[in-house]
Amino acid sequence: MSHYFSNRETFKEIILIPVIATFLAISLGLLLLIFSGSSSEIALKALIALFLGSFGSLSAISETFTAATPLILAALGIAIGFRAGLFNIGAEGQIILGGMAAVIIGFSFHLPFVFHIIFVLLAGALFGAFYAFISGWLKAVTGAHEVITTIMLNLIAYRLLDFFLRISWIQKEGRNDPISKSILETAELPRIFYVLDPNLRVHTGFLIAIIAVLVVYWLIFHTTIGYEFRAVGKNLEASRYGGINPALTIIIAMSSAGLLAGLAGASQIAGILGRATPGFSAGIGFDAIAVALLGRAHPIGVLFAGILFGALIAGGREMQVSADVSLDLITVIQALIIIFIAAPILIQKLFPWIFK
Amino acid sequence: MKLKLNAISKSFGPVKANSNINLTVDNGEILGLLGENGAGKTTLMNILTGLYKPDSGTILIDNQLKEFQNPREANKSGVGMVHQHFMLVPVFSVTENIILGTEPTTRFNKIDLKTATDKVVKISSEYKLDVDPNALIEKLPVGIQQRVEIIKILLRNAEILIFDEPTAVLTPQEVTEFFEIIKSLKKTGKAIIFITHKLHEVLEICDRINVLRRGKIVGEAFPTKTNNKKLAELMVGRTVKLRTSRRKMEKGKELLKVNNLSILSDKKEPILTNIDLVLHQNEILGIAGVQGNGQTEFIEALTGLRKASTGKIVYFGKECINITPRKIHALGIRHIPEDRQKQGLIGDFSLIENIILNTYYEKDFSNNLKLNWLNAKKEARRIINQYDVRTNSEDISANKLSGGNQQKLLIGREMSRSINLLIASQPTRGVDVGSIEYIHSQIIKARNKGIGVILNSTELEEIIALSDRIIVFYEGKIIAEFPSNSDPKIIGLAMAGVK
Ligand SMILES: Nc1ncnc2c1ncn2[C@@H]1O[C@H](COP(=O)(O)OP(=O)(O)OP(=O)(O)O)[C@@H](O)[C@H]1O
Ligand SMILES: [Mg+2]
Repeated sequence: MSHYFSNRETFKEIILIPVIATFLAISLGLLLLIFSGSSSEIALKALIALFLGSFGSLSAISETFTAATPLILAALGIAIGFRAGLFNIGAEGQIILGGMAAVIIGFSFHLPFVFHIIFVLLAGALFGAFYAFISGWLKAVTGAHEVITTIMLNLIAYRLLDFFLRISWIQKEGRNDPISKSILETAELPRIFYVLDPNLRVHTGFLIAIIAVLVVYWLIFHTTIGYEFRAVGKNLEASRYGGINPALTIIIAMSSAGLLAGLAGASQIAGILGRATPGFSAGIGFDAIAVALLGRAHPIGVLFAGILFGALIAGGREMQVSADVSLDLITVIQALIIIFIAAPILIQKLFPWIFK
Repeated sequence: MKLKLNAISKSFGPVKANSNINLTVDNGEILGLLGENGAGKTTLMNILTGLYKPDSGTILIDNQLKEFQNPREANKSGVGMVHQHFMLVPVFSVTENIILGTEPTTRFNKIDLKTATDKVVKISSEYKLDVDPNALIEKLPVGIQQRVEIIKILLRNAEILIFDEPTAVLTPQEVTEFFEIIKSLKKTGKAIIFITHKLHEVLEICDRINVLRRGKIVGEAFPTKTNNKKLAELMVGRTVKLRTSRRKMEKGKELLKVNNLSILSDKKEPILTNIDLVLHQNEILGIAGVQGNGQTEFIEALTGLRKASTGKIVYFGKECINITPRKIHALGIRHIPEDRQKQGLIGDFSLIENIILNTYYEKDFSNNLKLNWLNAKKEARRIINQYDVRTNSEDISANKLSGGNQQKLLIGREMSRSINLLIASQPTRGVDVGSIEYIHSQIIKARNKGIGVILNSTELEEIIALSDRIIVFYEGKIIAEFPSNSDPKIIGLAMAGVK
């Protein structure tokens, strides 16, 4: 169906460039390891660990998908923003808000199993959406740039979380450190392979993420709303001429982005963490920006980029354990990937024969 | 310098934009390049200036083989181009724009504006360009901005100068001045290539004319031995009616009434003051005037794109001031905007996506939420066929179409839906003679069917050929009204503010 619209991202752009970027980044990362004094054996061991830890076994794959889940969800939101010409730095704050809402609903209501989960996810999504709405509204009404407002809102979210974790009815009974009560069992997202092996952590949040990929794809390319997002993002004047209300479109795009980030936060609480602690968002909102860039703001691209980043996280842990290589190497590799993605021309120049 | 292009070919996928083109220009010569929309003129020039690489063929300058990897290299070899869309920084001064990229510096790496300004003044007076080096670009009229572009390439020592449709955006007065400039450039021995769709212009200014059709050179002509008609035939490959025939018609019911309309700028300066006018069915009302006298803002107010300060706009007896573009569209009012790339089209969208730009929410193309791409595709195909948009696919993005074909797509889109009133700004800008004939006949056909038309054009000829009534804008006011078939000279005087 892709021939109806000019999402001109070809196979080369969505798949080939990211793959080459990753390949280059990992090679450079390992070279760096050798230059910093490690033997080439250790580098080789690290490489093997990276692979085994991410795709080498069922439990490795489970870890990869687990780490990928919130990244994919939040990055889909950021991708929607990109399409509408918005640079949303605020996924981190939106994840925190979504997670906080999920915690409250998760421990304070007694509901039957499926309903409780749905309620938790909805609350997370709504709070994330609301938090992003603030930035969208500020931009639409006052012209305040979303980069500035989302960064400020991130900082506010961190402080809000600190405050939140010390409210007496939220803080875990008998604890002095900032930690919330745990959500009830009915609010937990069930693990997908529970029957196979209860230790496989990948949970139904991953399935939700895949559904979200399809929904966002449909939204962007097959609905009037997606058309409006893309028109406003590409040519504001022409979109006005076409009868689109750019202010409203920006608000909707921003809120949808927050909805997905909020969902990421809720899925993280209900699928993995079970409670909120300071820093439970773990920079996922920032990594998600990288994932959205790597995926070229295309839902399918985001899915693969999210899995790749998940693999780097899972494999990185294994690398640390079995090759005793610092986890920082993974951060370096992630950063290199972004540099190569941000400079696609560089890759085309390096491998001209592939892009003939 | 002498330029020779040898067997140049260039394809974009299946489209042969240039095939086996041979062309020469001598120093002190002006070569006119004519051709239908999509014939390959801009592509050929982009090859010459190093923007594209040819698939085959060679470029010789003074009998030396040249291969340009990028525009900078072409520049160094003395090739300079003034693009149709200027590449100037609006908030910079003239001098700052001219030196951009080649800033002269003093010893401590500070930009040496003094030397730069002197250079600009020198070139400006040498070729009688008359440009104030300290003026801000955004404050200058289009004609002067174009001269800034010319100084820019002259300062980089261009000996071969290329102008791609330079006159499309100029007023008649500015065109006269522009011709003086290129004549003086010619005298100093520059080789000049001049692209235009206006046949009388090539006849007036060129020494020699080459005609392109579908990527090939199909003929050469000399102004002394040819005329409008012959050139048009050579271009299009058939006889073209250069003058549109229009029968007289009784005007019908009132469609639009504007009362005391005024618009203030953001700084509260008046842009339009007390505009009054009426438009009827079966009537084409021409708006003449030098650009920048309030026509653009007037049309934006009519189409909901700009807020009016006071006054009334009544469509079909209903007050419609300051309502949204979508509501105006719903009344069957169609708008061909003057700037196709800024307003009318989204360059990165496919032709299909562009076809539904202001109808995507209507039931033909969506049901509340889901877009109907199949219908959109059908509609795109229909318009591409009917309006002869030259493209091999409706899936390519609009900015890959040649300028004139973008315009035809836009016009086709606006004229194809149910329509009560057409507001057209510069409808044939950049369009070739054959297509102008078709577009004009479509506008007249619409008017004969009972539609009212407001036609805003800087082409006085177009206004006179089509309009039943002509009004002239000057400094935000309507200063004169003329019946059809008035003397262009008298209208021209009114355009200059003489009552
Ligand atoms: N970058 C591109 N990608 C694909 N096709 C292109 C590209 N540039 C030009 N074309 C195609 O090449 C052909 C020639 O285009 P070109 O712009 O040279 O025409 P032109 O003679 O300048 O027309 P006009 O008078 O309308 O400006 C057209 O069919 C156009 O669609
Ligand atoms: Mg052209």
